[in-house]
Amino acid sequence: MPNILVVEDSPTMRQLISFAMKRIPDSHVIEATDGVDALKKMSTDKFDIILADINMPVMDGLKLVSLVRGNNAYKNIPIIIITTEGAEEDRKRALSIGADAYLPKPIQTQELIRLVNSYLDKPKQ
Amino acid sequence: MEKDINVIKKADEFLQMFRKGEEFTKELLKENEKLRYKIAELEGLMERSGDEARIKLYEDRIKMLEDEINSIRERFRQVEEENKDFASKYIEVEEENNNLANLYVASYQLHSTLDFSEVLRIVLEIVINLIGAEKFAILLIDEKTNELIPVASEGMSVSDAPRVKIGHGTIGSVAKEGESYFTENLDYRKEFNPAEPIVCIPLKIKEHVIGVISIYTLLTQKSGFTNMDYELFNLLAGHAATAIFSSRLYTQSERKLTTIQSFLDLLKEKPRR
Repeated sequence: MPNILVVEDSPTMRQLISFAMKRIPDSHVIEATDGVDALKKMSTDKFDIILADINMPVMDGLKLVSLVRGNNAYKNIPIIIITTEGAEEDRKRALSIGADAYLPKPIQTQELIRLVNSYLDKPKQ
Repeated sequence: MEKDINVIKKADEFLQMFRKGEEFTKELLKENEKLRYKIAELEGLMERSGDEARIKLYEDRIKMLEDEINSIRERFRQVEEENKDFASKYIEVEEENNNLANLYVASYQLHSTLDFSEVLRIVLEIVINLIGAEKFAILLIDEKTNELIPVASEGMSVSDAPRVKIGHGTIGSVAKEGESYFTENLDYRKEFNPAEPIVCIPLKIKEHVIGVISIYTLLTQKSGFTNMDYELFNLLAGHAATAIFSSRLYTQSERKLTTIQSFLDLLKEKPRR
């Protein structure tokens, strides 16, 4: 049963992404509104993948990625960044910090599901 | 002497009989040889005809198997065609599901609150996240001045959005006619011009226009509009309008209620003094 963490401050996007993720068989989706909220949820639940926005209040997505990658307990969790920032340098920056994939908005739900499945299907390190 | 003659006669008779027997035996042997030859011939014939029959049988069997293979191939082709058909239908249904999910989420969010500023924020969110607009503004009609007044924006300040008289320019015409406007070629509209949006959607309650959403630029990764975008524009035209209208009324009535309540409290307090 894959545990998916959706970190997004916009309720509309959060609901939309969660909706898409719930279509992955047996998936369990937990929502967080920013980076700090995500870290709180990660301390109580174990996640198989994280989907995070970049522009969020309190703690943005890039800070969250660097904190997750710096923690031995979480460093192998795949992180997909979903953002309105579509420029190549934004993508490179996110990937250099440690994000596994970068998906610009507006998202194509099918593409997102395929991408998430490709990480969930990978053998755990 | 006579005895000798008799012996000789008998010997001749015996010799003749022996010769006849010899001839008969020779004839029998010849006949036997002929029969043996016939039998061999018949046996050869039978063997040959057996091979032919077997070959015929095998040929028939091969033909039957070939027919079977061809029919299986044909069936396989048909099943492959059906599979392709199902696969494309599956993709269509998936796309439709995704679109419905997007529309559901958008309309759910729009009607999730009665707070006017919250509704405006949700409309902005939908236009950024689901449509992929970069610079845009929401303008509402001021019934007193008959003007479109900017009330919210994204990627630009509200003050950069124009105040437009109904019927004037692209934005004013959309508010007047109630028909959406889409620029013919997105490539020509890279520059930001507050009076010339690339898309302008009327916010309508039935035929009554209450405002417009005016989009100026799209996110860099967004090259054009999909069918889903047009569905969302339609949804925004109706649902965003009712959500904005009802939340504005609710907020106004809440404000009035608070004022009246304060006034009543004031009246109640007066006699005590």
